[in-house]
Amino acid sequence: MAIAEAQNEVITTADGVPLKISLKKALWQRKKTALLLVAPLFFFVLITFLIPIFDMLLRSVDNSIVAEQFPTVVVEIRNWELNSTELPDEATFQALFKDFKAGAIEKTISRLGRRLNYELSGMSSLFRKTARKIKKVETPESATETMIALDKKWGKLETWRLIKRESGKYTSSYYLSAVDAKKTSDGSISMKDEDRQIYLGLFWRTIKLSTAITLLTIILGYPIAYLMATVKTKTSNLLIILVLLPFWTSLLVRTSAWIALLQKEGVINDILVAIGVLSDDGRLAMIHNETGTIIAMTHILLPFMVLPLFSVMKTIPPSYVRAARSMGATPFTAFRRVYLPNTIAGIGAGGILVFILAIGYYITPALVGGTKGTLISNFIAHHISSSLNWGLAAALGAILLALVLILYILYDKIVGISNMRLG
Amino acid sequence: MPGDTPLVQFVNIQKSYDGEILVVKDLNLDVAEGEFLTMLGPSGSGKTTCLLMLAGFEPATYGEIYLKGKAINKVPPHKRGIGMVFQNYALFPHMTVSENLAFPLEVRNIDKSERETRVKRALDMVQLGTFGDRRPAQLSGGQQQRVAVARSLVFDPDLVLMDEPLGALDKNLREQMQYEIKHIHENLGLTVVYVTHDQSEALTMSNRIAVFDDGIIQQCAPPQVLYEEPDNAFCANFIGENNRFLGKVIEDYGDTVKVEIDNNAGTIIAKKVKVEGVGVRCTLSLRPERVTVNPEPGALPNIFSGVAEELIYLGDHIRTRFTVCGHDDFIVKIPNSADHAHLKQGDTVNIGWTAEDCRALDPSD
Amino acid sequence: MNKIFKQALLAVATTTIVVAAQAETTLVIVSWGGAYTMSQQRAYHDPYMALNPDIKIVNDDSSSEGASKLRAMVEAGNVTWDLLDAEAPAAITLCDEGLVEEIDFDTVLDPAPDGTPASVDFGESIVSPCFIPQIAYSTTLGYRSDIFDVEPTKMADLFDLKKFPGKRALEKRPDPNLEWALIADGVPVKDVYKVLDTEAGVKRAFAKLDTIKDQVIWWTKGSQPMQLLSDGEVAFGSAYNGRLFQAIVVDKQPIKMLWDAQAIQLDGWVVPKGAPNKAEVMKYLRFASDTQRNADQAKYISYGPLRASSAKLVGKHADLGIDMAPHMPTAPENMKGAFFFDFLWWADNKDDLTERFEAWLAKG
Repeated sequence: MAIAEAQNEVITTADGVPLKISLKKALWQRKKTALLLVAPLFFFVLITFLIPIFDMLLRSVDNSIVAEQFPTVVVEIRNWELNSTELPDEATFQALFKDFKAGAIEKTISRLGRRLNYELSGMSSLFRKTARKIKKVETPESATETMIALDKKWGKLETWRLIKRESGKYTSSYYLSAVDAKKTSDGSISMKDEDRQIYLGLFWRTIKLSTAITLLTIILGYPIAYLMATVKTKTSNLLIILVLLPFWTSLLVRTSAWIALLQKEGVINDILVAIGVLSDDGRLAMIHNETGTIIAMTHILLPFMVLPLFSVMKTIPPSYVRAARSMGATPFTAFRRVYLPNTIAGIGAGGILVFILAIGYYITPALVGGTKGTLISNFIAHHISSSLNWGLAAALGAILLALVLILYILYDKIVGISNMRLG
Repeated sequence: MPGDTPLVQFVNIQKSYDGEILVVKDLNLDVAEGEFLTMLGPSGSGKTTCLLMLAGFEPATYGEIYLKGKAINKVPPHKRGIGMVFQNYALFPHMTVSENLAFPLEVRNIDKSERETRVKRALDMVQLGTFGDRRPAQLSGGQQQRVAVARSLVFDPDLVLMDEPLGALDKNLREQMQYEIKHIHENLGLTVVYVTHDQSEALTMSNRIAVFDDGIIQQCAPPQVLYEEPDNAFCANFIGENNRFLGKVIEDYGDTVKVEIDNNAGTIIAKKVKVEGVGVRCTLSLRPERVTVNPEPGALPNIFSGVAEELIYLGDHIRTRFTVCGHDDFIVKIPNSADHAHLKQGDTVNIGWTAEDCRALDPSD
Repeated sequence: MNKIFKQALLAVATTTIVVAAQAETTLVIVSWGGAYTMSQQRAYHDPYMALNPDIKIVNDDSSSEGASKLRAMVEAGNVTWDLLDAEAPAAITLCDEGLVEEIDFDTVLDPAPDGTPASVDFGESIVSPCFIPQIAYSTTLGYRSDIFDVEPTKMADLFDLKKFPGKRALEKRPDPNLEWALIADGVPVKDVYKVLDTEAGVKRAFAKLDTIKDQVIWWTKGSQPMQLLSDGEVAFGSAYNGRLFQAIVVDKQPIKMLWDAQAIQLDGWVVPKGAPNKAEVMKYLRFASDTQRNADQAKYISYGPLRASSAKLVGKHADLGIDMAPHMPTAPENMKGAFFFDFLWWADNKDDLTERFEAWLAKG
């Protein structure tokens, strides 16, 4: 190694290079190695995680379909005011006719109808009906009259205000829908009709059920984790296998088993009726409702609570409780004042893990939850795979993501994220 | 120092964990009030088990433990009023030092101002008066150790148990802490039961040492007795360094015996401690510092010629390995005094010792 | 059952031999699964593969989500399906959206044996230029025959929890539940769509459904209501009449059919735009839609062929040897109280009502 000489101004290494620069050079090598080690995972995460999330956030505000299908209309409609009490001018109707006919021949126009139907019901059928008829119509003298003749909804201000409002490249309407709000025809924001509100209730239910599941996993998982942490390794290995068993059965097999056990004519009800706890008409409804979701998800998520708890408890020396007891604490006081506070990190880690998994779970609730036990994720899945309203799915997903982040920040503030131990 | 009735009495204690092996076999031991008693022994000798039974964390399989004359087998740990210091200190990491110290007072419902006074006094006692607001993790090992000691004393227990409390400290700190604990014991007039496997620690601190092996107390005696006059070969070996010869008694003179070393390597006159009659086998035990190099001819009953095989300079003494009477592992500590013998490797010299220093013990191993 | 098994085994064996012998084209045909796919397998696929050893047909049971999956495939630019079995309304919407091919019926399909062009032979059942009709089926009710003292006779009984207690299994979509709710509420069958076309009518239908909402288990796959009925988990279940036929007549379950207010629907083929083997699929369609084949399907399942010329050929069940005509939804005895599903109305209103239906369901 170079020898640093103390000089008047700059300390240099033996070859006369200032020490700081030499040090930086030496450290750069190390940094480079570190970067190279991180790079593969970084790119993996970037491609499979960050970019999709960014894409999702983009989709939740993307509104380009309107401009794609109505290229002329969105230009013409700029001259028309949202609060106008008259229909747009003939030029706009001409543009509508032109764009619509082109879209009808291309068979792409009904997609725009579906898009606008998210904002105003009836749009989809308006577009479909018009598309079927418009193909046979030649370019008319008065597009206004022709369009209104095709469907009188084209003569309604409501329709035009919607098109005007949604003519931009970006829209907030998916987010509004995701919180059961809508823009009214004059552009202000209000809640949807009572019988069309879904998502706020679902978010609330999701949070409520996830909290219940998290609490249940703590109540059920804590004693078993304690047992595992205190018995002989051989016994605790066996217990770990039992705890992990749910992971080793396929989700569908497990869920079918729950259905066989919990349904009205299921094993548990049969036993309760047989031993006389229940009457035959008083069989419990334990599946296709919230109870089913809670039971099945608690079962599935229990390992995620037990394992962090176990790993934390494993590190708590038995001498802590012994010390407390020797100092005069009753077993309960020793547990409450000494053991429990030392397992907070595990409870926190397990709790946050279970909660985050629970609010994103959808297969199990879909199978055993009925309608009262479905969660927000079921609707995200529904909008992704069956209604294909990806914008709304993205907005719901983004809100869920925000919820998780808020939770994470709260946890960091209260417990401190550095205290989280997963194993 | 000892009072009328012993503070602690173990009566016929037996303990087994698995129903097959007794880890403590028929233990009988009294601890007097004010005494510093050390349980010394190799790991697995049953000493920690005894401590845990006394503290109430392990039930005795058979026998009775008395505290101040009362049987305590059925008394739960928190009602025994025994302070305890653990090997890893067992300071509660989620509480500050003050909170740790206040804990035993809080669970006893002692009011706040009294609590503060006593916590402060305890912290001052271990010279950590300004550390009250720190967390245990912010303290050094020695400081944590002091907090643990202070915490075990803050509620004025009748008895303090210490389970290898210095095991995690480095050598210098360990020695310093030994003196500190000793001073606290003396100043407060505490009764301490101390567990360690470190014989020098036991010698330094204790009024009495109980040497454990194989679930049995081999000898229970003050340090100097244990060192100078071990009862058996195990104690002689376990405490301090020791030269051993195996042989057979060929003559009995009453206080001393003549022993013939195995393989006809010579005869040694030794003090008769634990051998009975002519013809029995025995172990001879001799401390390395009790060997004289170049003795006056005829001044000692045992004089042999030995070859210096290895010399290690240790500052206060020179540790020399000789071949004597067919043993090549005979250690002699030559004090580094002004007139000590100057040997070189390979020198042949006479070495000798008195009959009193060489103890004839049971033929263990 | 044993015979079916043997035939299935034979089919597998033949296929295996064919696979071993030939370089081949694989056609992915998407249908409804269960007894229905089996009837297509035996009436169309097996004979076609026997005639064309270089063709291998793979079944995909995704029709219940056919339209949405196909949309997703087109969005992703990766269509893997060659042929989709779809209900008429889905076919209409897919055709409107340009996701399926328009068909020139008289060139692609064979005429009837008497020379009637296919477009005439299929007649009114061609509800969209993309839709090659196959069968008429109905969604109707099955009920446990072993739990009621007085058996249900009409749609209103589904909504009568006092007289007919127990859970109900209904399909998790607005149709035909809304129609049934209105019929049960007293709307004459012929006026159902007129009423449903108004906001008040929709509200009235949902209000009627509200009365049984907490007793309903919602199903999404055709096999679920049959399972629920067999297990005794529900007292009533809406199901496709062919599945009910299978459970009642073939598997002898204690279930009966309630034909009242059955919703008669059409089912047929659509060819996805961008299907990987379009030319081969057209050849297959010519075979599978001819008069004899269309009639053959009815040997295996109680769905009515849509070619006028096939109707006369419907005979006996292939395995049981029973007369199939009385089990067809279109049998005159079964047609009392039945209504024809309005494909066009649903094609236009499905998006709206599905959204409302989901919101209504989520209210819990």
